[in-house]
Amino acid sequence: MSDIVRRDPRKAWIARNRLHPQHREVLAELGQSAGQGATSEWMGPAGIVRRNPHAVGFMGPNGIKRIDRSGVQQGAGGGAAAKSAAQSKPLVEIESPAFLVAVVPDMAGGRLSGHDRDLLGLARQLADADPNARGAVLAVVFGGYNREGGGELKEHGFGEAGVDRLLSLDDPRFDGFAPEARLGALLAVEEAWTPRHWLVPDSRLGGADLGRRLAARLGERPATGVWQLEPDATAELGWQCTARGAAATLDIQRPLPRITLALEECAEPVDDNRHAAEALSLPQELPSPISRIEDLGQVPVDPAGVALAEAEFILSAGNGIRDWDGYHTAAEVLGATEGASRVAVDDGFMPRDRQVGATGTWVTARVYVAVGISGAIQHLQGIQTCDKVVAINMDPGCDMIKRADLAVIGDSAEVLASLVTMVKQQREEKRDAA
Amino acid sequence: MRPEARVDASLEITVLVSVGRHPVTGRARRADQDARAVELARGVADASVRLLHAGGKEADSEPALRGYLGMGFDALTLVEQPEGADALPALADALNEAPPQLVITGERAEQGEGSGLLPYLLAERLGWPVVSGLAAVESVENGVATLLQALPRGQRRRLKVRLPAIVTVDGAAPAPRQSAYGPARRGHLAAVPGSVTVDEAWASWETQPARKRPKRLKIVKAASARDRFKAAAAKAEGGGGQVLTDVTVEEGAEAILKLLKEEGVLR
Repeated sequence: MSDIVRRDPRKAWIARNRLHPQHREVLAELGQSAGQGATSEWMGPAGIVRRNPHAVGFMGPNGIKRIDRSGVQQGAGGGAAAKSAAQSKPLVEIESPAFLVAVVPDMAGGRLSGHDRDLLGLARQLADADPNARGAVLAVVFGGYNREGGGELKEHGFGEAGVDRLLSLDDPRFDGFAPEARLGALLAVEEAWTPRHWLVPDSRLGGADLGRRLAARLGERPATGVWQLEPDATAELGWQCTARGAAATLDIQRPLPRITLALEECAEPVDDNRHAAEALSLPQELPSPISRIEDLGQVPVDPAGVALAEAEFILSAGNGIRDWDGYHTAAEVLGATEGASRVAVDDGFMPRDRQVGATGTWVTARVYVAVGISGAIQHLQGIQTCDKVVAINMDPGCDMIKRADLAVIGDSAEVLASLVTMVKQQREEKRDAA
Repeated sequence: MRPEARVDASLEITVLVSVGRHPVTGRARRADQDARAVELARGVADASVRLLHAGGKEADSEPALRGYLGMGFDALTLVEQPEGADALPALADALNEAPPQLVITGERAEQGEGSGLLPYLLAERLGWPVVSGLAAVESVENGVATLLQALPRGQRRRLKVRLPAIVTVDGAAPAPRQSAYGPARRGHLAAVPGSVTVDEAWASWETQPARKRPKRLKIVKAASARDRFKAAAAKAEGGGGQVLTDVTVEEGAEAILKLLKEEGVLR
């Protein structure tokens, strides 16, 4: 195509004349012909950008025109924009890494925890220190955790968390408490790729145990409770670390060894880039070791005896509950720890030690079901760290609904009763099948 | 009342004890986790329990060690070590000389490096299995121990371990009984010489009292002023959660049940 700009003087005239009956159509046409979706801006015939200020902006909720000058397009849905933002992070691919940094995340409940993300941030620090010889972060994930949650890996956010290579070991023998099988897999990784660093979370979810086993087997003296890292040219691996010792009353400064067990908030999680998270597989079959430890499975514990602050699953009651017997039955059948809002406690329906919120207990549950709780800010503070919040409420406009991942608008007593029937029915079916 | 010494004990347990440090006053005391380990060992039926400690017999550590004797013991074997020595070889030798069936110890020491590695290194050296974070020993039959392991969030897991084994306890184990003063004074600290290995790496590291860790700041990485303002003035906003309005009770309950199952909290 020739690059001579063809101009239509009549259309240009109409575009200039706001009172012309065809003004809007012509404006739109000129805008589109310039290859830009928006009609507020187009390339004029003389090669000058023309703007139509009347086409800018969108109608706000009060019928007033709002202009958003942030560059985000007009009045677009926030969810879609946020999603595309995650997609638009620059993708970093490391083709031939100079070395590997192996990370063994806990993957509690089948997803990366905050601790795991911090650890991956620390791994990125180690890997990206020298821009000329960048390392790759290898995450070793045991699939057994996924199945405990009942299904797929819940979040494929490994790339966003900073993982370059992903080794997912999905085998029934890694399920539950299988430190010996897992250690065998880590030894196979060591043999196959010999990572320069091993990073393991120093957490009670399994990382502390596995990391120490690995260190004992490899004969390395690990750094435990590491919370800070500084470059140090005199050290063997080029890093100096600060670790907690003596029941967290001592700071130990030492050169970073090969195996590191790091505490929470040891580094900032990765935020700026996306990484490839390329799948790897072990070059040879894993030997099946004879395990001297046999896992007989979890023991049912009395949910009422579990401290509220560390309960995994909480059924919390608020002012909206009328049928208290039904609520207690539901908690018992579901196997949930009981919680309450301040109103329910003040009214004497629940004991004080069950109160959730700023003035009660700050809970860390994985699943928090709020029944008839409107969500005062003090209560919402108390459930900040909960993973999934389910709300059952009559009022669709309350703050708890905004916080919830799943909200059901309806009568709480009926919903709970229905839930109890379903759970009981399913248990019966399972028993009959077995 | 003190527990009677059993003559016909079928199970030999050794508890590794250390000198603890009070978190507030900094005085030497019985280490909390080790005291729990002793309590756990006391709770096992038909067992003879022996206490083992590797370390110095200084003026301030003696009352702390006698604290364990006050839990109902006549003697404590003390493998003498100078300051700054590695306790691992001495303990491994002592255990090799008279191998017990079960070794119980606290998860980590309250003094020194406190890395919690000792049980793992001992297990590696002796070739025994190791289990961490125990809440109870349920039974010991035919050389197989049934143990209850404490998991985070108050959960418990049952394990079977072939003996001999090393197990560690933490805060979930039963609280230790009070130490009785008289038996603690009367008890005997049986000092035996042990091999000494100086921990050179430990001596080369710099240590200082723990600094308070900096609180993590909420960093807002925003490209535009609008985003920064939104982040600063953020209220509890709809996080893209699913809201079910105008559904029947059954549909609502079904959606909740599905989520509970996905999360795996229903048992």
